[in-house]
Amino acid sequence: MSENRDVQLELGRTPLVIGGRDFHAVTEMVSSVVERRKWPIGWYIAFTISAGGLGLLGAMIGWLFYKGVGVWGVNNPVGWGYAIINFVFWVGIGHAGTLISAILYLFRQRWRTSINRFAEAMTIFAVICALVFPGIHVGRPWLAWWLFPLPYAQNMWPNFRSPLLWDVFAVGTYFTVSLLFWYVGLIPDIATIRDRATTKIRRVLYGFFALGWRGSHRHWHRYEVAYMILAALATPLVLSVHSVVSFDFATSQLPGWHTTIFPPYFVAGAIFSGFAMVLTLMIPCRTIFGMQDLVTMRHLENMCRILLATGMMVGYAYSIEFFIAWYGGNPYKRFAFINRAFGPYAWGYWTMVSCNVLSPQIFWFRWARRNIVVMFIISIFVNIGMWFERFVIVVSSLSRDFLPAAWAYYRPTWVDIATFVGSFGLFMTLFLLFIRFLPMMAMAEIKGVMPEAHPHHGPDPAERRGTDLGGATLQPAGALGRGREQ
Amino acid sequence: MSVAENRVATEQPSFFGYLVEFDNVDSLIHAAEKVRDAGYTNWDAHTPFPVHGMDRAMGIKYTKLPLVILGGGLTGLGGALLMQWWMNAVSYPYIISGKPFWSIPANIPVMFELTVLFSALTTVFGMLAFNKLPQWRHGVFSSARFARATDDRFFISVEATDPKFDAKKTAEFLAGLGGSEVESLED
Repeated sequence: MSENRDVQLELGRTPLVIGGRDFHAVTEMVSSVVERRKWPIGWYIAFTISAGGLGLLGAMIGWLFYKGVGVWGVNNPVGWGYAIINFVFWVGIGHAGTLISAILYLFRQRWRTSINRFAEAMTIFAVICALVFPGIHVGRPWLAWWLFPLPYAQNMWPNFRSPLLWDVFAVGTYFTVSLLFWYVGLIPDIATIRDRATTKIRRVLYGFFALGWRGSHRHWHRYEVAYMILAALATPLVLSVHSVVSFDFATSQLPGWHTTIFPPYFVAGAIFSGFAMVLTLMIPCRTIFGMQDLVTMRHLENMCRILLATGMMVGYAYSIEFFIAWYGGNPYKRFAFINRAFGPYAWGYWTMVSCNVLSPQIFWFRWARRNIVVMFIISIFVNIGMWFERFVIVVSSLSRDFLPAAWAYYRPTWVDIATFVGSFGLFMTLFLLFIRFLPMMAMAEIKGVMPEAHPHHGPDPAERRGTDLGGATLQPAGALGRGREQ
Repeated sequence: MSVAENRVATEQPSFFGYLVEFDNVDSLIHAAEKVRDAGYTNWDAHTPFPVHGMDRAMGIKYTKLPLVILGGGLTGLGGALLMQWWMNAVSYPYIISGKPFWSIPANIPVMFELTVLFSALTTVFGMLAFNKLPQWRHGVFSSARFARATDDRFFISVEATDPKFDAKKTAEFLAGLGGSEVESLED
């Protein structure tokens, strides 16, 4: 453990795995969750509620298909109601996973290892929820294949100048790449579960998905190269996805949407909401499954800092929008923003500002960043605020455009609300199944950041000084800092 | 040899190679360097996580995977460009807002996305193909101890197909590496 302390002194930080755990303890801690014979009653209760929500979603979609989009509150001029709001909301949540997995990986932020699996799973489930809405929003599911570049009407191809078509490619690519990234990360850990399996069915099923992984170092070499390249590909991808989503709005002529700040503003908001959702899910899981030594206060504190930073970026974007509305001198745009803050949807606007800009300010205080109750409450506020952000953008801009004669007030119907609630059922059902059947933390990666994983951490310091490991790997700080660069 | 005996002989597991276990990263690396220097080629190290410095210790050459991925990415890029050009400028040209039938800027988002998509697919499937995975059956799995290769132990395996392999000498050599007893593997 002395090496551990040296490293700690060098970096002036708490280690990423605390409590004097060794490799086996990490395996045990993470795998035992999946291997439990009896699951806590709380899981069954949560699963029943979530499955109920999923059933509600199914029923609402069925009702929509049966009756048509008239069951929703969309009207003229607000033709984009809850469907697009929920789509953007869920896609946004799906951004933290790839951010944590890819961007923090490339920046060698090794604290990500305990939370990346969790966040990646969340990404995939959130994107599934998001994809439901474009699929159903015209109420004619038998035409969903029109989304794809096929000559659907009189041999006409879709128009590639439309951002809506770019969206299909962006979100489709994002889903595929996130799924691949998640699965590649899972392979070694599924192999661990396979090797610990006590029943035949587990051995066969986990064995199948482990693809015969045998920890071969020749495999690890290519695996690491592949993982790094995936991270490098996913990094611009994650930035592109929400940029393209924002093009759906920004390329239109509507005051309140037609703004060049939208791409970075949407990306910052997406990261913000995604991190909030990671915290919302992580805090209870960590407590219930006793993972405090793997997901330490340092991890949570870092996430709170990111919430604070991205919250202020979002706040900056809100104020710049107002500045440009005034400075740009376009009367329609000026009206759109005055209407946003003081018009009929002012309640939505101020809910958004309080939740997204004001509430994270508490994270300036260290005690708040280290108090899980405060964190949990703020993360819920941010989730609410970010939903309202999309509501405000979509509804307040559409409901009052150029001609006062065309104005109308938009109200969601009970079907809108129940569909939205049901999408949480879908999300939570998938999530609960994930923590039940798959290792929720990346064991192999966590082991790789422990001090014992490094060649210089030998039992005999004199001996290791004599070893030729290629020079660079011998300094603890350097090796830790650069991590998995092979 | 009768037919029956012959069948028994083929059903019996064949000798695959040797396995030796280590309990920490340092001794594994030292041992790997010795195996490398002894000139073995058909051997491997098995670890629960990628060990820093092992590539050098084992003499692994950098993989060609990135080149293959570049090919995949360029295919995606070119494919996206061709697709958009064919669909919107050739097969059924649209007149929209008096814009040219075909202009690169409008095609960039889809070109970018398909480049990433094809590269990512090439990365994952290329990595699996180079690693010859999935391969559910392998000699190392015949060892009961090997289950800990995905938990907290480190192994070196030398296969009998290695040109330098000699049942006796290799066993003695491996025994001198500072690991556990040498175990025979079957396939």
